[in-house]
Amino acid sequence: MSFDAWPRLEPRGEPSPAMVWLTPVIAVAATVVSGMILFTLLGFDPVATLQAYFITPVSTRYGLAELALKATPLTLCAIGLATGFRANIWNIGAEGQLTIGAICGGGVALAAWGHEGPWLLPVMMVAGVLGGMGWAAIPAWLRVRFNASEILTSLMLVYVASLLLDYLMHGPWRDPEGFNFPQSRQFGPDALLPIIVSETRLHLGSPLALVAVFSGWLLLARSFVGFQIRVIGLTPLAAGYAGFNQRRLVWITLMIGGGLSGLAGVIEVAGPIGQLTPSISPGYGFTAIIVAFLGRLHPVGILAAALLVALSYIGGEAAQISLRLPLAVTGVFQGMLLFFLLASDVLIRYRVRLGASSHRRPAPAAQGIR
Amino acid sequence: MDRRQFLVSTAAGAVTLAAGTAAVSAADKLKAGFIYVGPVGDFGYSYQHDLGRKAVEKALGDRVETSFAENVSEGADAERVINQFASTGYGIVFATSFGFMNAAVKVAARYPKIKFEHATGYKRGPNLATYSARFYEGRTVVGRIVAHMTKNGKIGYIGSFPIPEVVNGINAFTIALRRIRPDAEVHVIWAGSWYDPGKESAAAKALIDQGCDVICQHTDSPAAVQAAQERGIWAVGQSSDMTSFGPKAHLTAIVENWTGYYVDRVKAVLDDSWKPIDTWGGLSSGMVQLAPLNPAIPADVQDLAKQTIADISSGALHPFAGPIKDQTGKLVVAEGQHASDPDILSMAYFVEGVQGTLPT
Repeated sequence: MSFDAWPRLEPRGEPSPAMVWLTPVIAVAATVVSGMILFTLLGFDPVATLQAYFITPVSTRYGLAELALKATPLTLCAIGLATGFRANIWNIGAEGQLTIGAICGGGVALAAWGHEGPWLLPVMMVAGVLGGMGWAAIPAWLRVRFNASEILTSLMLVYVASLLLDYLMHGPWRDPEGFNFPQSRQFGPDALLPIIVSETRLHLGSPLALVAVFSGWLLLARSFVGFQIRVIGLTPLAAGYAGFNQRRLVWITLMIGGGLSGLAGVIEVAGPIGQLTPSISPGYGFTAIIVAFLGRLHPVGILAAALLVALSYIGGEAAQISLRLPLAVTGVFQGMLLFFLLASDVLIRYRVRLGASSHRRPAPAAQGIR
Repeated sequence: MDRRQFLVSTAAGAVTLAAGTAAVSAADKLKAGFIYVGPVGDFGYSYQHDLGRKAVEKALGDRVETSFAENVSEGADAERVINQFASTGYGIVFATSFGFMNAAVKVAARYPKIKFEHATGYKRGPNLATYSARFYEGRTVVGRIVAHMTKNGKIGYIGSFPIPEVVNGINAFTIALRRIRPDAEVHVIWAGSWYDPGKESAAAKALIDQGCDVICQHTDSPAAVQAAQERGIWAVGQSSDMTSFGPKAHLTAIVENWTGYYVDRVKAVLDDSWKPIDTWGGLSSGMVQLAPLNPAIPADVQDLAKQTIADISSGALHPFAGPIKDQTGKLVVAEGQHASDPDILSMAYFVEGVQGTLPT
């Protein structure tokens, strides 16, 4: 039997620009429809479940604030990652950079414990950003010096960072009045981000994420560095001929990614957590990779994607409590979302053909819009 | 169905559901919420708490309604989940893991009329009680059994985190073990997790490769019991009866039984007699139990185990009775005395006979 008789993918000349932006919407719609089928098969009323999942959790002021709170670290990490991804620099280690940011910012708070002042919070933020940048500098240096894959080095440093945090929590930075339980003191009031909506946990860090969205857009769309990033991502050879310094871009994108992830980390500990603990992030740095692609590697898209993914977490929790929907459904939902997005990505770049191929040519790299 | 129709039908559903919730909350039922750090299917810690939740439903029937959230991360999410229960009409909320402590304190302050209970922590409030089990009492019984079952005296012990609850368990076990087998040594590996079957299994295999012939665990999955079964050595389970995962290897398990406590506490809310107390139950209250002993354990050792349980329950035997020396040989508890509850709750040293260091 000839393989030519099977359906196969043939590249389209030019993906439709409208579809590039529509696919996330289509993917979300397909996820919702499949979700409803899934709910029905599990024996739940699909409409009521969808309502409990996506609407009830954000129908109160507290719920909306929680949504923004959860989306904040995702947005910060994803914008940093997207900057690199666009230049084909694959920083997978945002989780580690976040952890180091939390350690550095939290370390400042602990060091200042007892003699605090209004100066403390800005210093913590700067320490968090520098910590994240410092952690990202390791893969950046290894990449430009030894051409070591930043995918591997940044990922491996995640585990180093989390072990370092574990060490500090079980040893030197343990709360002296905490019965040896592995967590730091609770930060003093000057080390906590001010709440901006009363009776919620929404703090000053969330507006900072909006600033990052705007700055990210400014950088990518309006600056020369942004132009270089886009060119190098689309056609590395052309970038080389144009004399763009690839090493410099490796450094710049990893510093942006590390700095924003570090900021996300310090915002988590100075915001909702209020102390250092062995578990600071439930995997925000990794989820941010999904968020970055769902948002088409565009800062505004990322903001929308972060809110959507945050809603999928919060909704999963709420539906579990109110309807006893299994928690695994949250993972299935996120998986379906990514699956449908990638599937529609394939279909806007390729068409499905049956029969013998008329011509063969190499497929363009599957990337977000530029 | 196009998207617009879909949105309309969703909105209609929202209205009907809102009406439905109003009708339910009118009924006078106490809602009890449970928050677990692991999956309810871990066959360990969270599973045992969930058995307690089911017992509440069974014992109190129509007067209560329960729900739970599993796999809740101990970071920023915990506060939202606890708040979710508190803000949706729950009368009592059980936060069953240590890492939920500060989140529980914050939410309890926000909802003074709702009762909160936090397991294994040390912060209480006017509407926040704490409860825990004296797991170490079970460890003493296990130590005596293992002392008679080991051939070479090398015991592997998989710990989760070096917190007092785990450290005092390792110590209680080692003390009991070495009073019968003075040459025995306990090799500790930290899994760095309460529930990570892959790591627990790897740790068990590493300990077996080092020559250990009994594996104990203070982690929640049955992975180590399975590994012991495969390699033909003994194992002691944790949290729940893990016999079915390794019927030949499983000597016994230290079982936490929260059933009685949860029923009592929920009943107390119904009767309006709930107080923010601290409960630390052991073998005598039934909060700590031993799973059925493996029939391969000789009859005299089985009798010894039963006698030990009786002695600890009656107070005749204290698991931390002196003399106890730490790893450096320093006397920490003198002969004729025993470690006090605050000492046990903040224990941060290993006793003589434990190999490996405590991260400090």
